[in-house]
Amino acid sequence: MEPFEPTIVAFCCHYCAYTAADMAGSMRLTYPPNVKIIRVPCSGKVDAIHIMKALEKGADGVLVAGCLEGDCHFKNGNVKALQRVTYLKRFLEEIGIEPERVQMVTMSAGMGIRFAKIATEFTEKTRELGPSPVKAGDRMEPCAKAS
Amino acid sequence: MITAERKPMGEIMESIDGCGRILLVGCNECVTVCAAGGRKEVALLASALQMASMKKGRVLDVREMTLERQCDPEYVEELAPHIGQVDAVLSMACGCGVQEIARRFKTTRVFPALNTKFMGASEGPGIWAERCQGCGDCLLGITGGICPIARCAKRLMNGPCGGSSNGRCEISDDVDCAWHLIWERMKELGIEDRYEDVISAKDWRAGRGGGPRRIVREDLE
Repeated sequence: MEPFEPTIVAFCCHYCAYTAADMAGSMRLTYPPNVKIIRVPCSGKVDAIHIMKALEKGADGVLVAGCLEGDCHFKNGNVKALQRVTYLKRFLEEIGIEPERVQMVTMSAGMGIRFAKIATEFTEKTRELGPSPVKAGDRMEPCAKAS
Repeated sequence: MITAERKPMGEIMESIDGCGRILLVGCNECVTVCAAGGRKEVALLASALQMASMKKGRVLDVREMTLERQCDPEYVEELAPHIGQVDAVLSMACGCGVQEIARRFKTTRVFPALNTKFMGASEGPGIWAERCQGCGDCLLGITGGICPIARCAKRLMNGPCGGSSNGRCEISDDVDCAWHLIWERMKELGIEDRYEDVISAKDWRAGRGGGPRRIVREDLE
């Protein structure tokens, strides 16, 4: 059996985390290729449904990466993102999915090292959690026939 | 607006247990405004149900629809082409919407995904509070625009009880004393003298005391 390699979706704010990821690249820092970056105009743009769909479609973990507190380009998008992530974690718990699979992180555009560190640590943590239980759906059967 | 909250996921999943295809129906009115059953919440619940099923290694076919109003037969009719293809309907409307679907589609099971709470107003982002109990005989004109029926825990009609303390109700520090609010508002309006006007015993038959109510407007029939 092949070792488990988690798929991580990272919603990265254009003004900080996305640039930080770019910076990590420029600095020749390595971070796991498991992390698939989606650039968003602000972490506040990330809705609960985006995170849910990422998990539903096969992500084992989702990172929402926004600006440091007080530094949001749109005033408080990062604070709103954190509130949504917190709400969603409770929702995931209700359906039996580990809330640790979703995490909100903050950084500035210059923190390439921090981005690489978070990407590595989160990938490691998700690897420890194992494949998303949703992936049991890979061998799915219909619930029941429609009458 | 009518406010509502999503039921616990365990209860929702139990209600549709055994169903292979469900029609998840939201409503564009009150429950959209209170972020309980609009298009967004329908998408979120559909995804959650899908994941909960996939976790068990099964596929649940969830079809999403959000009607303009679930409490109006004209809009509920839009479900007709889809209803025969599903095992059950899961409604994200208030109780009125759920019942309207049940009335129209007599052989289809309908389950509520929300708990309907109260008629309320928004006090800020994400906060809604009860404001009206639909008593059928509005008193707001003589109580300074603050309802003692909806906002006083004891529904007192003539001033506060002994549990009023520093403007708060004895049931909780988070609850304003309605009669304190009424007094403050009357002072602002300069009509304190009316505070001691005795409100006569209320005829509760205009409200739920008279049984289920109807409004018939012959000019509109």
